Amino acid sequence: MIEARGLSKRFQDKKRGEIRAVDSVSFTCQPGRIYGLLGANGAGKTTTLRMLATILEPTGGTALVCGHDIVERPEKVRSCVGFLSTATALYPRLTAQELVEYFGRLNGLDEPTLKKRVEDIFNRLDMNGFRDRRCDKLSTGMKQKTSIARTLVHDPPVMIFDEPTLGLDVMTARTITAFIRECRDSGKTVIFSTHVMSEVEKLCDTIGIIHDGKLLTEGTLAELRAKYGEQDLEEVFVRVVGPYHSNSEA
Amino acid sequence: MNLHNIGCVYRKELTEWLRDRRTLISTVLIPLLLFPLMMVGFSSLAVIMIGKAEKETPKIMVLGGEDSPVVLQKLRSVDNLEIVPTTDDWKKKISEKEIRAAVEIPKNFQASLEQNKPETVQIYFYEGEIKSSFGANRVEKFFKDYRESIVNNRLSARNIPGSILNPFEVKQKNVAPPEKVSGAALGGLLGYMVILLSMTGAMYPAIDLTAGEKERGTMETILSSPISRMDLVLGKFSLVLSASLSTAILSLISMGVSFALLGKSGAMSAKDASVMQLHIGLPTVLAVFLMALPLAVLFAAVLLTIALFAKSYKEAQSYLTPMTFIVVIPAVASLMPGVELTPKLALVPILNTSLVCKDIVAGTYHWNSIALIFLSTCVYAAAALFVAVKTFQRESVLFRS
Repeated sequence: MIEARGLSKRFQDKKRGEIRAVDSVSFTCQPGRIYGLLGANGAGKTTTLRMLATILEPTGGTALVCGHDIVERPEKVRSCVGFLSTATALYPRLTAQELVEYFGRLNGLDEPTLKKRVEDIFNRLDMNGFRDRRCDKLSTGMKQKTSIARTLVHDPPVMIFDEPTLGLDVMTARTITAFIRECRDSGKTVIFSTHVMSEVEKLCDTIGIIHDGKLLTEGTLAELRAKYGEQDLEEVFVRVVGPYHSNSEA
Repeated sequence: MNLHNIGCVYRKELTEWLRDRRTLISTVLIPLLLFPLMMVGFSSLAVIMIGKAEKETPKIMVLGGEDSPVVLQKLRSVDNLEIVPTTDDWKKKISEKEIRAAVEIPKNFQASLEQNKPETVQIYFYEGEIKSSFGANRVEKFFKDYRESIVNNRLSARNIPGSILNPFEVKQKNVAPPEKVSGAALGGLLGYMVILLSMTGAMYPAIDLTAGEKERGTMETILSSPISRMDLVLGKFSLVLSASLSTAILSLISMGVSFALLGKSGAMSAKDASVMQLHIGLPTVLAVFLMALPLAVLFAAVLLTIALFAKSYKEAQSYLTPMTFIVVIPAVASLMPGVELTPKLALVPILNTSLVCKDIVAGTYHWNSIALIFLSTCVYAAAALFVAVKTFQRESVLFRS
């Protein structure tokens, strides 16, 4: 489970001064459900997810991930989280198997458990054909599978996906979305950021719309449609973000 | 601190390092091949070129001397000189290497000699051109021999023995043991090489493991794993240190082999070669390494910290290249004649290690200085490592955009 409580992040920029990338964001993600963080580029999605994954430290508020405080126990949090984004690249000079094993070891798996986990994952994701191939020689699809294997190797109860399909072709993107569904079906807590409406409609149980660092609204797809009187999610998004967007533009 | 995790990072970085052609070339291949190629190759080439130049019979032009037929005749009879007809463009011909030198015999030279009047014979040559220098030297030798024979004739005509011109001899004799002689000559060089190579060996891995990781997009991947940032930086640091030391060790082995080959090839005198081979023993080399170890730690930590600030490989290279000068300047300063180890200099990093290495190779062990230098460099290294760990915890550096 993820429980964000007034999560905030401010950066200092030499030219623009203080930037509030995330401003008192609070939400809860339940196990066996997918929480979709929907927002335009620069809305604060990546910063929020990076804070939940303890890659960045919040400047205000906190969050509990699997019951661990992200500020006080970041290493505990990371050991129960699988983090996948388009920015999480693979080590080019390691083979797919070496890479997955490396992350398994860093997650504290002993050698017999690691071996079994790697075998299971490689069979499940159909990766045996390229397990000994270096990551820089893999196709995009193979790389995505290897990234998935990396996030799964320690069987984390929480999965964080930051725009995982960004820039991918349709077939590779489908592998990712199928994987996200699998995570939910196996009872994991899933949080997922995107700016693609169709992905949210297909995948998310709860949707949070974020803009300018603030969580403007949240609810199930049905609840949001009812609340804003629109069937199309894009229209809902525009209704929610529109007034704030024109304010920020002004 | 989790040793298991540090070991994991180290093994992974080592695997990647050994598979990186670019790093392997700079850390292993170049140090191994550089010295044999430079020393044996260039020395052999120089020997061949000098031998060729020595074998050549230089073409010489004689300016004047028509009124001194005896000198002229003697000059023409010299075996390894070819006297060519005189032309007005003799300077141009020397420049264009058509002739090697020209000698100007003053007017009435022979008559002046008979009247005991002092005269000057001028030899023209092209400085920096070896064949021209050889030609000029042969002409000079001829005239010196000729002068000596005239002096001897004059003395014997007056019944004066030749020893009157040389009432006594002055000679220098070395009392220093051979290892001290070689130490003075090579001590500075050995320390300088170890220091410089420790730095250059650390440079590419330091960039690859920090800015390279940012550029490849793997920084976020590793930061999302449970490893602490301290363990991560210590694992990376261990690899950079290993690369630094292995470069220095390989280079020294290569340097030793090169000296041995040089001795055998005859390009170096047998005496010089035996001095180097016999008196820079393993204990001396180990002592130099022991002194250089904290300095290598300092380099690894500083380079890792600086390279981490860069967003890309290229940017990191531009930050680290000036570092070479910062290291070379004190290392070279220690090679200057008269620069000796003092308590103040013992606290100046790089310079202190370089100076103490010079002493160690020369067989001089000032234990107080050695302890002071070792400890002070350890303190600097620990401080640099602390800064590296702290820098790895700064988001503004890790996610600089």
